[in-house]
Amino acid sequence: MRGRPGLITDYRRDMAILPTTTQRAWFVAMAVALVLIGLQLPADLALLGATAAIASVGAIGLNLVTGWAGQVSLGHAFFLGLGAFTAAILNGDPDGRLIGFGLEMWIWLPAAGLVAAIAGLLAAPIAFRLRGLYLAFVTLGLVFIGDHFFREWRSLTGGQGVGRPAAEPEIFGFDLGSDGEVFGVFLESEQKFYFFGLLVLLVMAFLAKNLVRSRIGRAFAAIRDRDIAAEIIGVSLARYKMIAFAISSFYAGIAGALIWMFLGFVEPTSFNILLSIRYVAMVLIGGVATISGSIMGAVFITFLSRIVDNLSGFLPFISDAPAGGFLTKFQVEEMLFGALIIGFLILEPLGLYGLWIRIRNYFKAWPFSY
Amino acid sequence: MIQFLQATVNGVAVGSIYALLALGFVIIYKSTQVLSFAQQALTVLGAFWIVYFSTELGLNFWVAVPCALVVSALVGIGVERVMLRPMVGKPVFSVAILTIGLNIVLLVIAFDLIGVNIRSLGDPWGLKTLTIGELTVSHKDVATIVTTAVVVGLLLAFFRFSRFGLAMRATAADQEVALAQGVTVTRVFAAAWAMAAMLATVAGLFLGAGTGLAPAVGTRAIRALPAAVIGGLDSIAGAIVGGLLIGLTEAYMVTYQSEYLGFLGANFANVVAWVLMFVVLLIRPSGLFGTVEVERV
Repeated sequence: MRGRPGLITDYRRDMAILPTTTQRAWFVAMAVALVLIGLQLPADLALLGATAAIASVGAIGLNLVTGWAGQVSLGHAFFLGLGAFTAAILNGDPDGRLIGFGLEMWIWLPAAGLVAAIAGLLAAPIAFRLRGLYLAFVTLGLVFIGDHFFREWRSLTGGQGVGRPAAEPEIFGFDLGSDGEVFGVFLESEQKFYFFGLLVLLVMAFLAKNLVRSRIGRAFAAIRDRDIAAEIIGVSLARYKMIAFAISSFYAGIAGALIWMFLGFVEPTSFNILLSIRYVAMVLIGGVATISGSIMGAVFITFLSRIVDNLSGFLPFISDAPAGGFLTKFQVEEMLFGALIIGFLILEPLGLYGLWIRIRNYFKAWPFSY
Repeated sequence: MIQFLQATVNGVAVGSIYALLALGFVIIYKSTQVLSFAQQALTVLGAFWIVYFSTELGLNFWVAVPCALVVSALVGIGVERVMLRPMVGKPVFSVAILTIGLNIVLLVIAFDLIGVNIRSLGDPWGLKTLTIGELTVSHKDVATIVTTAVVVGLLLAFFRFSRFGLAMRATAADQEVALAQGVTVTRVFAAAWAMAAMLATVAGLFLGAGTGLAPAVGTRAIRALPAAVIGGLDSIAGAIVGGLLIGLTEAYMVTYQSEYLGFLGANFANVVAWVLMFVVLLIRPSGLFGTVEVERV
């Protein structure tokens, strides 16, 4: 076996989450590196890292339903919004201006996921009546209708332009919202967010990875590849499409609750079609039907605005002001999304994951070309 | 009663605009099997060309519109050639997402060109109205309805009687067979995008006429998507019916919702198109007039 890492002789190893010793070593190395980096990060980058980690959770969710089960969903923003608002409402001040229940994080975090999952279940019946493109439209409609109710249901959401404070970042007595010592190490609030985000991502990514190698994951893939064939070999379309939507929405709900917890404030107009497209871009740019791809895509997209920020210093035609100049930062950022989606679809449909595989294979075979 | 009639007239006028947009959508879908989410951007961009030729270059409105139509058609052809041609044969969903990306890019360009102010299209109708009995109808609405009727009539005649229209129908029926019969399918693709871009420009003209070209034009243009879906993605008649249906429902909602369905919140009319789409799709999964997909094993 030694020296022949590609040789796999039993099913167990074939299905392992990290099949080779090299992969396990890299995983540990990366985890250590991320922790060490986290200890040094300045506050703003730590917050960005935390957001990227949680956005990865959302992207994994979308990838489960779109990448694995092949059900196109443009409705992810709606489920993110549901999660964010559920968390804010359950945690909100019971005596405040808006409806709130003052519950703890270990209740509101799973609840945010569950509420979104239930909404996903309710949307699923439409999904198994429809196929392909029509489904894309239905999920798109969800975003518009959700957006309307987020704006108008003022007693819950605060209403358009007003919003409400997000859930408080406090879990099991650890206050993530303020600087202080955790297990003897002094951490800023943003660094606490960063480590918390990494932890959540680790758990959710492993759960997802485990799911897709199970019976359910194989059923998803079968439905994606040919739904009629899947039905004939005994995969219940209704059942598995419902599972796919529920789990995907659960991930979105968790991600929504936590991202807006980091931001500290929920504004009802944030959950629009552009947010959905952001997540679709994460999945496409990262790599369809790969967990590591979802994470790469989410990190890349989250850091993109930061990159554009820095670029505006070098490129004179990008202006910092909200209007004026040839193009504003926001316009450049939005356009980059569009251009990246187009570019990856035309040139590298496997996304960043595909690029990585290519680079890896090049060095594996080096000095030969294949 | 007069309130109802008034709502109906408004609804038909707005519905015609949606019908125009949905038509472009259906034409692209039928002849190229591409689901185009870029109609919204083409609408705003098309309206901008009118602004450009009429107010910036100071041309007569009736000269500016044909100029804008030509430029829009060229944009449509360019988009098809550069972005969509490499995607021929790729999964439908990938291409649809690509058009979303395209929509974002084109919208940013369009809004950047428009600038921060609301721009007048230099149209002759303005906010003038005429009164029939107790009914108030704006000149713009009359122009919208008449233009839509003429455009739809011309399109149908084109598809039915012209040689190229026949080629387009052949391509819609079966691309490979059309190719084998000597139809230049690539030219059909280009024509479909050019037509859709021109229809979007006309729609943009009427969305922006009177009140001026503002971001609201873009947000309204999105609602042509449910119109196309309600009618059935591959049905020309469906696009028109779907557009009118949505226009009417919106107008009735604006008039009556605060009275009877107030709990749905203000501005529910803005999303009623999507609700209507849900209902129609639950009952008829392929839309009202769309071809029912037959599953063969």
